[in-house]
Formats: sequence, C-alpha cells, structure tokens
Amino acid sequence: MIRDITIGQYYPGDSWVHRLDPRLKIVAALVFIVTLFVIRDFIGYAMAALALAVTIAISRVPLGFMLRGLKAIFVIIVFTFTLNMFMTDGETLFDIGPLTVTREGLYNALFMGTRLVLLIMGSSLLTLTTKPIRLTDGMESLMKPFGALGLPSHELAMMMTIALRFIPTLLEETDKIMKAQSARGADFESGSVIRRARNLVPILVPLFISAFRIAQELAMAMEARCYRGGEGRTRLHELRFRARDAAAAALGALFIALVALERVFADTIYGFLHII
Amino acid sequence: MSIRVEDLVYVYGEGTPYETRALDGVSMEIEDGELIGLAGHTGSGKSTLVQHLNGILRPKSGRVFVDGSEITARGAKLTGLRRRIGLLFQYPEYQLFEETVYKDVAFGPSNLGLSEAETDQRVREAMFLAGLDFESAAQRSPFELSGGQKRKAAIAGVLAMRPDILILDEPTAGLDPKSQSDILRMLGNIRKSRGIIIILISHNMDDMARLADRIFVMEKGRIELSGPPEDVFSRGAELRGMGLGLPEAAGMIDMMRDRGAEIEGRPLTLDAAELAIDRYLRSKRARP
Ligand SMILES: Nc1ncnc2c1ncn2[C@@H]1O[C@H](COP(=O)(O)OP(=O)(O)O)[C@@H](O)[C@H]1O
Ligand SMILES: [Mg+2]
Repeated sequence: MIRDITIGQYYPGDSWVHRLDPRLKIVAALVFIVTLFVIRDFIGYAMAALALAVTIAISRVPLGFMLRGLKAIFVIIVFTFTLNMFMTDGETLFDIGPLTVTREGLYNALFMGTRLVLLIMGSSLLTLTTKPIRLTDGMESLMKPFGALGLPSHELAMMMTIALRFIPTLLEETDKIMKAQSARGADFESGSVIRRARNLVPILVPLFISAFRIAQELAMAMEARCYRGGEGRTRLHELRFRARDAAAAALGALFIALVALERVFADTIYGFLHII
Repeated sequence: MSIRVEDLVYVYGEGTPYETRALDGVSMEIEDGELIGLAGHTGSGKSTLVQHLNGILRPKSGRVFVDGSEITARGAKLTGLRRRIGLLFQYPEYQLFEETVYKDVAFGPSNLGLSEAETDQRVREAMFLAGLDFESAAQRSPFELSGGQKRKAAIAGVLAMRPDILILDEPTAGLDPKSQSDILRMLGNIRKSRGIIIILISHNMDDMARLADRIFVMEKGRIELSGPPEDVFSRGAELRGMGLGLPEAAGMIDMMRDRGAEIEGRPLTLDAAELAIDRYLRSKRARP
C-alpha cells in the first residue's frame, strides 16, 4: 500500500543514460529545469518533450513506471491546472456556473500543466537512472569547490546518502507497524479527523522508536569501521568524465542552443507558420 | 473452526523491477484444534501466507475460507474476522507504544469496544497466560522491560483479543533460552485450556516435533512437504535440500542407521530416541 510511492526511486538498468557521470546528469537536470522556465511557448515545450522522450527511450525505463510517479502528485497538477483556467482574465470562451473560462486561462492552464509534467518527469529521470550512492557522490563532487567557503560537502552528501538509503526502510517499517496494529483491531480509515489523528499514535510512537534504534545502530556500525568524516577519505568508485559524457554534454548544449534560437526567433517562426 | 486455502498466489511490487512472487499456488486445510507448524527457509513465503489468513493481504488469485465463509470475497467483513484471528508478527515488540504494559495489552480489547470491566479482566487473563506478573509488570513502561518480557507483553496484546485462531510468526526468534521455553510452554497451555487452532512459524525443528500435529514445509512460495511430524521428518534429504534440518534426535538416529544400527520406529524427541536406542541395544545383546 504505502510502498507504491516511487518518487526518488531508482530503476535498475544498464543503459547509456544509467552509465553517464552523475555530475553531468545532475547539472543536466538543473539546466533542463531552468530551460523549462525560460521557454515561452508550446513550440519550445514540444522541443523539450522530444528531448525528454528520446532520453527516456534510451534509458529503457518503462513509461508506465514513470507515470506511476506522476500519480502521487496528480492532485497538484490538477490544482494548478484548475486554478490557472479559472483565474485568468481575458476573452470569454464559456461559463461553468459562476466561473468563467477564458481563452487566456485555458492557454495558461495547459502551459503550466505541461511545464509541471515535464519538470517532474525530467527530475525523476535523474533519480530513476542514478543509484542513490552515485547521486550523492556526484553532489559531493559538485559541492567540493564551495568547501573553501565553509560548506561541509562530504557531511551534507553523507547525510543525503543516509536519508535516501533509509526512506524505503522506514516505509517498510511503517507498513509492518500498520499491519500489526490493524491485527489488534486498530482502524486507520474511518472516524472523524480528530479520531483519525489520535489513531496515528500507535503508528508514530513505534516508528520513532525504530528510527532512533536504526540511527543508533548505524552510528555504531560506522564507528566500528572507523568512519571519521570526509578528510583523507578515498573512494571505491572514482567518478570519471568519459567520452560518452562529453558526447552527452554536447547533445545537451545543442538542445539549449535550439531552445534559445527558438526563443529569439519565435516571432519569425510564427510568421512563417502563418504563411503556410 | 477451520481454515481452507485454495491455490493462493501473491506478488509483491507487481509491475516494478522489484517484483517478487512470494506465494505461488499454496493450498492447505486446517481443522479445529490443530497445532500447525509452518517451516521453511527465510524468504520462502511463510509470513506472506499467514497475513492472508486474517485479510491483511489480499491475494492476486486464489481463495481463503475461514469456517466455510470466504474472506477473500469482495466486500467481506474483515473487522469481525480480525477479532477472531490473532496474528503475532515477527519481532512484535516493535509495535508496543503505550505508556504502560496494561494500556498496551488493553489496546486490542478497547478497539473491540468492550467495557472497562471486561477489558480489565481480559488484560489480567492475557498477562497471566503470557507469563507476565500482573502486580509487578502492569504499570511499568513496556520500553523498560527486558527483551523476553517485551515479547511476552506483545503476545499478551494479541491474546487479549481472545482469538479463536492464534498465529505466531517466529515467536521465539532472537530470545534467550529461558524466554523461548516459557513461550513454548505457554502455547502448550493455551492449547490445552482453549482448544483453538494455533499456527506456529518456526525454524526450530525440535519445537515442531514436540508441539505440532501437522507440519507444512514451504519453499519458494509453495508447500513442498506436509503431514504429521513423523512423515515430514522421514524426508531428511529433502529437508536438507531446502536448507532445513531434522530434530536433533532424529538426525542422530539417522546417522546411527547409516552406520548399520537397526533402530526401529521414528523417534523425534530425545526421550523417544533414548527409548529406541535402549531397545536396540538390548535386542543386540540378546542375539549377538
Ligand atoms: N513487504 C514486502 N515487499 C516486497 N517484498 C516482500 C515483502 N515482504 C516479503 N517480501 C518478499 O517475499 C518473499 C517471501 O517473504 P516472506 O513471506 O517474508 O518469507 P518468510 O516469512 O518465509 O521469511 C521474499 O522473497 C521477500 O523478499
Ligand atoms: Mg517471515
């Protein structure tokens, strides 16, 4: 039940996308997100969607699996869409009761909806194709230059690694505790809001205790293996920027260039489309 | 009381890369008053199977009947079922949450909507059965008890529901020998006094041999062996092939047979083995 949440999950594979340098993938995801905010029309989004579709196809992550991640934030998408549709002034298309749908509103709603879907699919492709450990390795390496400014890059990365590592464990633990309490007749689905909140106590108390126990055991295990922070630490898998990463970076740059061109020459393109 | 399971299939994480077929066509029948032993290597599907018996998991296909009514049917009432089937999960002490042992044991009965007097009576009874001293333990925090006592408190929490079917998932795992034998003795007592169905999941073949009327052995989501202990433990090679063993006594007798000792019968406990060996030695002396 609770384990259906797939945001931030890794989809094991050995595709070209999986094997890219995590640093490149992190930067690419950030750039992709920024691009989504720079784009101003649907031609741009068509280009972004095409680029994303090609990447997904190469990564061999099933589309169904990606869409399942979208399901969890479906509410947010619908909310954004509805809000934009009704709250924008402009030329009236039709009325639903007291609410007016305008031409601009519909355009905005579609625009924002597309942006949100692309944003989430783009960023979840990063986590789907990158093992959590490689992801945090990449982040640590990218943050390293800020060490001079006092940013504890290794500690931040380690915290992130541990947090990511224990999300499934804690979900599993929650699942187990819920099952055990419902075997003793606990009911989590009915009753008033207050009653339901109170019914969470039998889940939350054992969950917190488990979390502290796990944290303590982990700390001990790390100390028993002489962990003492990032200084002088070497790693088993060094990150290396390879030829394929360079090729991917070039393709990424091409994408940015095309989007930029489209934005600059948007008016010309519209004019051209108008003629034919 | 009776339980019937028909061709149960369950898949974890269906449609994800982590898909696991935990149950792959399990059928079994359990009759009133039986104590059933459920054995099998870790990951063979034992815990998944028992979670179907009180409707916590719903099968992908197959059916479960309790007392002739199908609990896997659409819209079957599960609340009534849960109060009749007590399920003790693996490491149940991690589900304790109340300030006192008393309140924690009372959690089940109060969910059933029982009166305070009735609840009080059930808590006392359950703590007594589980082997916890009411006077000294009831008002303590469950978190300051020893490991064995925590486990007993969790068992009391399930017994307080007065189930007609009691399912225990590795109730003695990770405990000291004394607590282990306390818990097994408790099972024997409950069975004698209440005559309910008990399903015991365990790796300890000696306990199985001593307590169970019938044993089911699971492997890879299927039931591979089943029958009375004498039958199941006559298949030593198959059990070893599944990563399981024989009761100490049965293993020893097998070894003696391999070396030519003609021991009769199928002793499973140390006492029975002693008798059988004694008989063998006497007969050997009688005809040299
Ligand atoms: N909550 C779960 N999510 C995913 N897979 C699970 C879960 N619980 C058990 N499994 C898998 O199902 C199989 C059977 O597990 P389980 O029923 O716990 O076996 P047993 O109790 O015999 O050790 C195992 O392969 C296990 O990894
Ligand atoms: Mg188990």
